[in-house]
Amino acid sequence: MTVAPGSVGLSGAGAAGDEQVPLLDSTQVALFVAKGFLRFDGVVPDPVNEACLQEMKQDEADGRTGTRSMLKAGNSVGLPLPQCFPHAPGIRSMLQLPLVRGVIQSLVGPGPLYDHHAVHVRYPGQPSQQLHADAIIDTRLRFDIQLMYFPHDVPADMGGTLLVPGSHLRRVNEHDVSRYQNLAGQITYFGPAGSVLVLHHGIWHCGRRNERDVPRYMFKLRLNPATEQIRCWDAGDLVDPDVRRRVLEVLRNREPWYEAATGRLEFVNRAVLWRYLSGQPDFDIDHWLGRLENAARPSLLEELPGYAATNGRGS
Amino acid sequence: MPTVTRQQVLVLYLSTSSLASEVVGWSFFDGAGTQLDEAGASSVPPYPTGLDALRDGWRLFQASQLLPPPAGEEYVTSFQKFEFFFEKLVNPEQTVGELNLSAARAGGA
Repeated sequence: MTVAPGSVGLSGAGAAGDEQVPLLDSTQVALFVAKGFLRFDGVVPDPVNEACLQEMKQDEADGRTGTRSMLKAGNSVGLPLPQCFPHAPGIRSMLQLPLVRGVIQSLVGPGPLYDHHAVHVRYPGQPSQQLHADAIIDTRLRFDIQLMYFPHDVPADMGGTLLVPGSHLRRVNEHDVSRYQNLAGQITYFGPAGSVLVLHHGIWHCGRRNERDVPRYMFKLRLNPATEQIRCWDAGDLVDPDVRRRVLEVLRNREPWYEAATGRLEFVNRAVLWRYLSGQPDFDIDHWLGRLENAARPSLLEELPGYAATNGRGS
Repeated sequence: MPTVTRQQVLVLYLSTSSLASEVVGWSFFDGAGTQLDEAGASSVPPYPTGLDALRDGWRLFQASQLLPPPAGEEYVTSFQKFEFFFEKLVNPEQTVGELNLSAARAGGA
């Protein structure tokens, strides 16, 4: 596996079905909670890449790109992932790679369910998409993941996918953010064949302009959790104080596009998500939640004149 | 013969409600059609602060209001809060060089 800037490797191992698959560690999951994505460069072998690319090109030749992809034949919403893509052996091979299975299990737990997929093709000279989040506004704490798989090399001038790190916890409805063209710290994915991005469903992104003379292909797959997503990764390392320190450092890393004050609220929302995922109800970042939850003193509201009388607490 | 003008719109997203605060996001819509105006067109903000845009001749015509959060949604994050719209009127037949958004393309991950 080629480790590129921003990419991560895998460390632990866990059971998925009858086999052991490598799982993410706690620092990697914290990075996902903070950034909203992880990237794995060049992790899919070339023969699998070539098979997948041919399947995607067949969709294109049939006029079935985007969500009309015929690779979905045999799939249906809610179908367990191992049963999906019965007529696309290349895509199945990619999804059965231990690393890919381990990442999926680490984030959405065992038994992930098919939501939908798309074969995206960006043609030469085709301009950028507008910035958006997928699906619709989503207020759940639990999350879906989306895999973006690139079966061929994507050099910088082929565009790639623009991502806004740390945007995934902002509540917006699909293209409502399209007015935003550039946000400080935005990144554009480009990298070697066989690379996989794993995204939180809420992250803001768009396909970028392709300035090459050949099309760019990308396979996207959305998966739903079938279980609670609590400690689905190799979370045993959380007993190590150094790991807990690293987790905290990752979660308190501010994105450069955050407003000064709203950035603090991002930490609050990250802490809430980490509490859920890690099963640590008292977890906090820089006392942002603990200060609000302190029960040792009355809240300001309760001290306001007239509050007690109007809330049934008057004598 | 009347002078032909077109509106160029620069939208800056700032770190606080002050025009003097740091630019953290930016968009550009070019009525003159001379410059690239799409997502990821640049990775470097055109100005360090909103005030720098004013000093470079951009005319502010709209700023986001300061509104308290709805009760119960105090910790919800959503759109950028501090959005400022600026304009310039330009002659599309003349070269416009004030804002070089296409010089710095989006950097890699």
